[in-house]
Amino acid sequence: MNDNPAASDTTVTAVGLRGITKRFGDVVAVDNIDLDIGDGEFFALLGPSGCGKTTTLRMIAGLEFPTQGSLKIFDHEVGTLPPNKRPVNTVFQNYALFPHLDINDNVGFGLRMQRVKKAEIKTRVGEALEMVKLSNMGERKPDQLSGGQQQRIALARALVNRPKVLLLDEPLGALDLKLRVEMQSELKTLQRELGISFVFVTHDQEEALTMSDRIGIMDQGQLLQVDPPEAIYERPVNRFVADFIGQTNLLEGNVESSDVVCLLNGARIPLDTGLAVGSSVSVILRPERATIGSRREIEPGQSAVDGVIRSITYLGNAIVYRVGLDWMEIDVREENLPHETRHEPGEEVTVSWDHGAVAVVEGQG
Amino acid sequence: MTITEIVAPEPSGDENEVAAATPEFERAAKRAASRRGFLIALPAYFYLVLFFAIPLVIVMVYSFATRNRFGGTDLSGWNLDAYRKLSEPLVRDILFRSLWLALITTVICLIIAYPFSYYLATRTPTIRNVMLVFVMIPFWTNFLVRNYAWRVLLGTNGPVSKATDFVGLGDTRILFTPTAVVIGLVYGFLPFMILPLYASLERIDLGLVEASRDLYANGFQTFRRILLPLSMPGVIAGSILVFIPSLGAYVTPEILGGAKTTLLGSYIVTQFLTARNWPVGASLSFTLTVVMLFATILYFRKGGRTL
Repeated sequence: MNDNPAASDTTVTAVGLRGITKRFGDVVAVDNIDLDIGDGEFFALLGPSGCGKTTTLRMIAGLEFPTQGSLKIFDHEVGTLPPNKRPVNTVFQNYALFPHLDINDNVGFGLRMQRVKKAEIKTRVGEALEMVKLSNMGERKPDQLSGGQQQRIALARALVNRPKVLLLDEPLGALDLKLRVEMQSELKTLQRELGISFVFVTHDQEEALTMSDRIGIMDQGQLLQVDPPEAIYERPVNRFVADFIGQTNLLEGNVESSDVVCLLNGARIPLDTGLAVGSSVSVILRPERATIGSRREIEPGQSAVDGVIRSITYLGNAIVYRVGLDWMEIDVREENLPHETRHEPGEEVTVSWDHGAVAVVEGQG
Repeated sequence: MTITEIVAPEPSGDENEVAAATPEFERAAKRAASRRGFLIALPAYFYLVLFFAIPLVIVMVYSFATRNRFGGTDLSGWNLDAYRKLSEPLVRDILFRSLWLALITTVICLIIAYPFSYYLATRTPTIRNVMLVFVMIPFWTNFLVRNYAWRVLLGTNGPVSKATDFVGLGDTRILFTPTAVVIGLVYGFLPFMILPLYASLERIDLGLVEASRDLYANGFQTFRRILLPLSMPGVIAGSILVFIPSLGAYVTPEILGGAKTTLLGSYIVTQFLTARNWPVGASLSFTLTVVMLFATILYFRKGGRTL
């Protein structure tokens, strides 16, 4: 986490969580989380459903109160404040637009509650609608808009209040793929322009990787890793993170010496794990980092295992080979290039990779 | 849960699916569907005509008739005398008193039922069902019996009187006062307020409440700007269902009200049975029915549309 820019001393912390725990009866939804989100940062909370990411977001919003711990927004303790007393706004998963109010009144709701003058509300609502490119929709009711338009209105309704932090709870989940990709880049652009922190909850790892400055991976109420996307992908801290982000082959083995890992089939690969001799480990081999060749076609500086092609998945731009090793199956992804030799099921091959292309985490599955 | 069905007439959309091919087919399908619909509704139409429309016409006819000196009614010499009587101070007082008590009853029911219905609507389905059964339990006992029970509760040396005496308020005399009537009416009609309110509150997405709080509204503002407007159909339906029977109530005022608090229901009964002045009783009944009918139609055209 040392290469993370937002946690350094020079940046202001927008949201600070210390020992935040939330219990619902016997269930621990969020378990003792420490997290600093920098001012102006695009931060994604990523995890499978039920991991506690939404509860964490709701605690920042004030829609849930932590059972334990301290929650600060710009150095003000807000853990017990109701949502209307916090300088944050939320874009809800189902948008939660008020069905009985037109778009102008929906967007202007927050300002009205803050007793902003009528004339100013009008200007700011106009600006907000312009920002989301829906200026001519002010007179309509929410149910007269498409899902994508409702999503933009929800965004405008939150941003018109100029929150210090914008919270987004899976805001793109209900949109179709094309619209989602479009909104992803728009959100990112908007966030850069506004310069405020966006805290974004998602279960879509691709979304998190493409949009965020940093990602926090959660599972079972715990925050497992907080890092920029690249670090999350390249250096996951454990098997869960490695498996959750992208496609992964986890080759299990044991640390034989300071720079050799012995895989379960007995193959020795040179790898400096920094772990004690005898530790059980999993070597993370991403499908695109491995190459397939004919048997014993290894170059220096590479590790290799022998296997047999079991099946082939054609993806258009790439081909994924499932290779059966002695003790497990792994996927290898090759770009679909014209000069590349295709392999056939049943073919005996060697899967090889550069020494530096793999990462290693402690433990086995 | 018939209440829900009354306040929420869902349009049946299945005819539209059949009609797709040609305009002629579409029209034929529509005709067939409406014929089927009429057949299904026929028993209800029959019932309404026989027991509502025809009696109402009879009441109207009698309201223009003349009372003869023997207490009978002559169905000749049509006149408006009975309606003139309605402007007399005595009748006017009774009318205003009835309106006033019905209004108070409705408002109290609303104040009690709204928070309760909201609480109910925000519980888990199991708890909701259990509590709804509790709301219905009073219906298992006869209405008359329940009113007599209040007589015991509110009477001299009754529990209420003893309780107020115990806390030093003296032994209050509530029975045979307008207060007793209002207590009885609120008790009797509260479920009619709770059910439609619950039905409309239950349909509101609670995420809207959270969104409102997130947008700087406090609890009261959220109620005022979000919950209340969205539950208005329930408020109106409940109010009508409480106000109308309260206005015409007969049993409760008879049992719990004193001689001084004659209400419309009792007055009408007196006109028919004691004073034997059918035209006056009929004119009052007819006026009341027509006013209520228009009020209800107005509701369905205004508030009912958003259901």
